[in-house]
Amino acid sequence: MNETMEQTHPEPSLQALQSGDRLEFSRLVEAYSAPIYRLALKILGNQQDAEDVLQETFIKAYRHLGEFEGRSKISTWLYRIASNEALMLLRRRHPEAISVDEDVQTTDGEQEPVEIADWCCLPEEELLTTESRDYLDHAIDTLSPNLKVVFLLRDIEGLSVREAAEALHISEAAVKTRLLRARLQLREELSHYYAERLGEVRRI
Amino acid sequence: MTQQEHGCIHPNCHELLGRLSDYVDGELDQALCIEIEKHMAECERCHLVIDTLRKTVELYRSMPTPPLPDDVRGRLLLRLNLEDFVVKSDEINTEDKKAPAGME
Ligand SMILES: [Zn+2]
Repeated sequence: MNETMEQTHPEPSLQALQSGDRLEFSRLVEAYSAPIYRLALKILGNQQDAEDVLQETFIKAYRHLGEFEGRSKISTWLYRIASNEALMLLRRRHPEAISVDEDVQTTDGEQEPVEIADWCCLPEEELLTTESRDYLDHAIDTLSPNLKVVFLLRDIEGLSVREAAEALHISEAAVKTRLLRARLQLREELSHYYAERLGEVRRI
Repeated sequence: MTQQEHGCIHPNCHELLGRLSDYVDGELDQALCIEIEKHMAECERCHLVIDTLRKTVELYRSMPTPPLPDDVRGRLLLRLNLEDFVVKSDEINTEDKKAPAGME
């Protein structure tokens, strides 16, 4: 797989973890608590809920380490527990938010792109101002939960398509469909935003 | 928004859309890549959509993980009974300044 993302943490030793090595477990916690908290926070939009998910994830992981067979990476397994917990809590908080058949493959293909602006040429410092970063962050919140969680796992947390499919218990094809929809939708949001910046730059 | 407004008659534009993610991720097989690139050369609109889609993914991927808030971290370690196994967060803060300024 092409690992382009910031995977700075070496995989912890499964053997050590399963033999109850607390130090190794603390390394696992240190390595993945920040990304898992971010994931939960983006899914749930609430710090207290995100913290609960974070704690539950590691408690469950610790309890079930013995059953983990090592067919996927430990990190993928952690993301799986965390997404599960977060989506379950989201369902409890907003039963209306997640519809089961939301992503049944439609035959008419994807939403046609609407915003057409060549904002790629904007200088990097214009693309990544504090305000722009906030906008990028909030744009994710416009995604429906099913699209959002796929996008978060793949493009924010850096899982491969296969790992995201494992984490969410869905097919790779479903990951790809949702990912594309999420990306296209975010492209619209960003194009809208940066087209305005582009106008400002040109006017100067 | 309709194919007419799109300004190109290719049925390709629409078909192409379904493969863009793979293309942007560099996971599309070569024959399809060539097809897309050929189309991009002829169709300015698709070209722009692909460029901005790629940039969108790039921008998100460049976003650093914000560090775990100290209080959240403290409560997590407490809950997991791991306080004795890890470096105190204030020790980390003095030794390790990797977190970019301005992150929440
Ligand atoms: Zn086209």
